[in-house]
Amino acid sequence: MMLLGTNLVMYEEEFQRISSVLARLWVDANAKIVFLVDKNGQQIAAKGDLEKVDATSLASLTAGNVAATDGLAKLIGEKEFSILFHEGERDNIHISIVGQRLILVVIFDERSSLGLVRLRVRKAAAELEDVLSQMAEKASQEGQAPASPFAEITDDDIDALFSE
Amino acid sequence: MSFINYASREINCKIVYYGPGLGGKTTNLQFIYERTSPSNKGQLISLATETDRTLFFDFLPLDLGTVRGFRTRFHLYTVPGQVFYDASRKLILKGVDGVIMVADSQEMRMDANLEALDNLKINLHENGFDLATIPYALQLNKRDLPNIVSFDEMHKQLNVKGEPTFEAVAPKGAGVFETLKAVAKLVLQDLSKK
Repeated sequence: MMLLGTNLVMYEEEFQRISSVLARLWVDANAKIVFLVDKNGQQIAAKGDLEKVDATSLASLTAGNVAATDGLAKLIGEKEFSILFHEGERDNIHISIVGQRLILVVIFDERSSLGLVRLRVRKAAAELEDVLSQMAEKASQEGQAPASPFAEITDDDIDALFSE
Repeated sequence: MSFINYASREINCKIVYYGPGLGGKTTNLQFIYERTSPSNKGQLISLATETDRTLFFDFLPLDLGTVRGFRTRFHLYTVPGQVFYDASRKLILKGVDGVIMVADSQEMRMDANLEALDNLKINLHENGFDLATIPYALQLNKRDLPNIVSFDEMHKQLNVKGEPTFEAVAPKGAGVFETLKAVAKLVLQDLSKK
């Protein structure tokens, strides 16, 4: 709960690790696109043929989808549905929950298969959970350090954002 | 719950438009979408019924530029206002950083406004938030219609903690950016305290 309740902060080192896990999964699963979103719909990292999709919308809709499915699970007394699979005519989407707060999405076509994707996702998910617990540990050790980049934000900074 | 990414120097915040059905939440987003340059916005996604009532949410990613070297992005969401979509409303408040209450100024909608406000308090609480502390702004929409309640009366009934309050006519854009700006400012100020 501590981890779930805190703001997510990611540094270069974790970002690199996550990116390399995604890159390997992308190759191993023969996927078109692999991406990681947090449950609030914010994209964390991605790999693959991203020019053809609207990644931001994809992230938000994925999170909405998972949230709705979580709601369904609770209604029937399940904790969560940890895997969702959508099958299309050409492309398929495999969605899985990682470490309770992240969502791993794999988009693939007939060059791969559901079995292969499930197998590779399991391995990648374990690695991602490792990174997550490292992030959590770091956060608890360092407390709030380093200071938020917004610690000294001024009204002028904020006004500047809206000056168009 | 904001997401600060030091690797890509980005910060993402989530703002939710709340309020009674047909109050103008989606219209707020549509106006923002129309008036923002293409380079600063993503697609406006509406999960709506065939009659254009919000079914699950509307979503608009907005890029506001950089603060202290960090790209600042706001994800704007609306909730479905109709009473029976409460389960969906609850889900959308997950991880919220700031809330805008869009109230309908028409006399006959005051009960619905109060009901939505109560509902917001409950659903925030269930997501681990408190209306008393979360960045929050109030918008009194539809000020151009006849049979509206006076500003003072609405303020008295709906303003819960002295939050910034704006009169608006969402289809024409009056008050739309002012409300967003006020809550964005509160969200960023809130971040600076963390």
